[in-house]
Amino acid sequence: MEDAVLRTEQLVKIYGGRQRVRALDGIDLEIASGEIFGLLGPNGAGKTTTVGIWTTRVLPTSGRAFVGRIDVVTDPPLARRSIGLVPQFNTLDRACSAWENLYFHCRYFGFDGQRARRRADELLAEFRLGERATAFPNELSGGMAQRLQLARAIAHYPSVLFLDEPTAGLDPQSRLAVWEMVRDMRRRGTTILLTTHNMEEADQLCDRVAIIDHGKILVCDTPNNLKQRTGAQRVLELHVDGARQSLAEGLGRIPAVTSVEITQSGVRVLAGGGDGLLSKVFEIAQGYQLRDISMTEPSLETVFILLTGRNLRD
Amino acid sequence: MTDVAAMRLEARQGRGQIYFRAFVGLLLRDTRVLRRQVFAISARTLINPLLFVFVFTYLFPKIGQEVAAGRGISFATVLLPGLVAVSIMFQGIATVALPLAIEFGTTREIEDRVMTPLPVSGVALAKIVFSTAQSVLAAAVVFPLVYFIPATPVHVHVSSWPLLVLVVLIGGFVSGAMGLTIGTLFKPNQIGLIFAVIVVPTTFLGCVYYPWAYLAAARWLQILVLLNPLVYMSEGLRAALTPELPHMPTGAVVGALALLTVVLTWAGIRGFLRRVLT
Repeated sequence: MEDAVLRTEQLVKIYGGRQRVRALDGIDLEIASGEIFGLLGPNGAGKTTTVGIWTTRVLPTSGRAFVGRIDVVTDPPLARRSIGLVPQFNTLDRACSAWENLYFHCRYFGFDGQRARRRADELLAEFRLGERATAFPNELSGGMAQRLQLARAIAHYPSVLFLDEPTAGLDPQSRLAVWEMVRDMRRRGTTILLTTHNMEEADQLCDRVAIIDHGKILVCDTPNNLKQRTGAQRVLELHVDGARQSLAEGLGRIPAVTSVEITQSGVRVLAGGGDGLLSKVFEIAQGYQLRDISMTEPSLETVFILLTGRNLRD
Repeated sequence: MTDVAAMRLEARQGRGQIYFRAFVGLLLRDTRVLRRQVFAISARTLINPLLFVFVFTYLFPKIGQEVAAGRGISFATVLLPGLVAVSIMFQGIATVALPLAIEFGTTREIEDRVMTPLPVSGVALAKIVFSTAQSVLAAAVVFPLVYFIPATPVHVHVSSWPLLVLVVLIGGFVSGAMGLTIGTLFKPNQIGLIFAVIVVPTTFLGCVYYPWAYLAAARWLQILVLLNPLVYMSEGLRAALTPELPHMPTGAVVGALALLTVVLTWAGIRGFLRRVLT
């Protein structure tokens, strides 16, 4: 990629200690200027470690990571000037007010007093925090604190913004507000990398996503292409009281069906196009005490579960 | 100047200037927070020496239970450099170690502070430098306290101003570096232990209440306490402020403080890097 703003080459991270954990197992990524890129994966898949390396807080065991042309391992201070970070946890300065959080952040990044003051005022207004300028982080709601973290992350005009699970734990209103702000930053030319568990978020916001598990990239493409990769155009959820195993076998014989999966209360059918699918499914399901049936389009979640499986992660 | 123009200007900034501005920014932030906590900081700096001189050098002589320093020297004179040294020492714990334990633990604020465009060791160094400034202030406010309160005469005579300035400055730096080392060594849930395990033994065995030379009576202890940084601050201040009291040779004091500066700064920064980078 010619204009890659973010790049990794064979990134490997092994955490030592009592249990050696291979958190990253050869990650190659390239993210273009102006993209919103999503890193999806179950807990412990390696998302936060990847972001940690790019944001200079985690040292890779081997491989290289670049922000623009800067190698983040050999020159972390310079890399930090080009990146903004909204971490998974609230890291606002608890001893400083909302305004001071922004003001001092600007000072750290070389603004003089006057410019830092102006930038802090401007950001508070833009992120609708003007009335809470003198409030301390502990006095802010979750949504407000997250907006302040966003404001702080972009205060020094970084060219790349990292958002590590930016909407985890927020109410729907705050989530929508954060999404809007993210889109707004992209419009101004900022490249954005976000990690999330929320498939809807990835689908709504991201130009491209990579699904990562056990430290490896499984797929990397646009959300639409990924959804098409399942080979399915429709997802049918059947809830039955009868024998699920034999129902699944029966449904699997329908030509348009690409895969059948047994769920808690019935079966899930992924199918391609073609007329008469629904009636055939009904016909077969008759003998299995069909209680309910619903049809949706495949979502990123379908792709995600297909690739990473259903096992719980710790 | 538009922001874009300003950014271009910054792009031309040299590396030294980038680091310097970030470093100054960190100190400005600490100063702002300090100003807001003037009452709390004064209380934790002043109450201990205040009560100590009040009880031992004012009350005790009044009620006829005087502590004798022996050899014709008042206890108040012995205490003066000692208590000033403790106040210098304590700043490192209070301004670096304790906040650090919180920043590493519950709030993880440190993850933001290390995102400043400065080598991580620079962030650690800013903490030591700020603590040094606070130690100097603490010494300045504790001094009049321990000078004026005692009922018995206090004999102060500055033998050498350069030595006094040097001991206060290096002492402050050593205490900041020690605070950094301790703060990165203890887990956040062990903060309470710092007082029991570090502050109390350091103070009682830091030649605060007695000159080091008197420990000749317990030779093993006299050698053991040489591991305690506070000993050199107390003795250095004794050499500078109350030279008629027995004190360590100036060269030994300065040499030991210089060595401690190197060792503790190294240990503190190494601990900081270990805690911040994974």
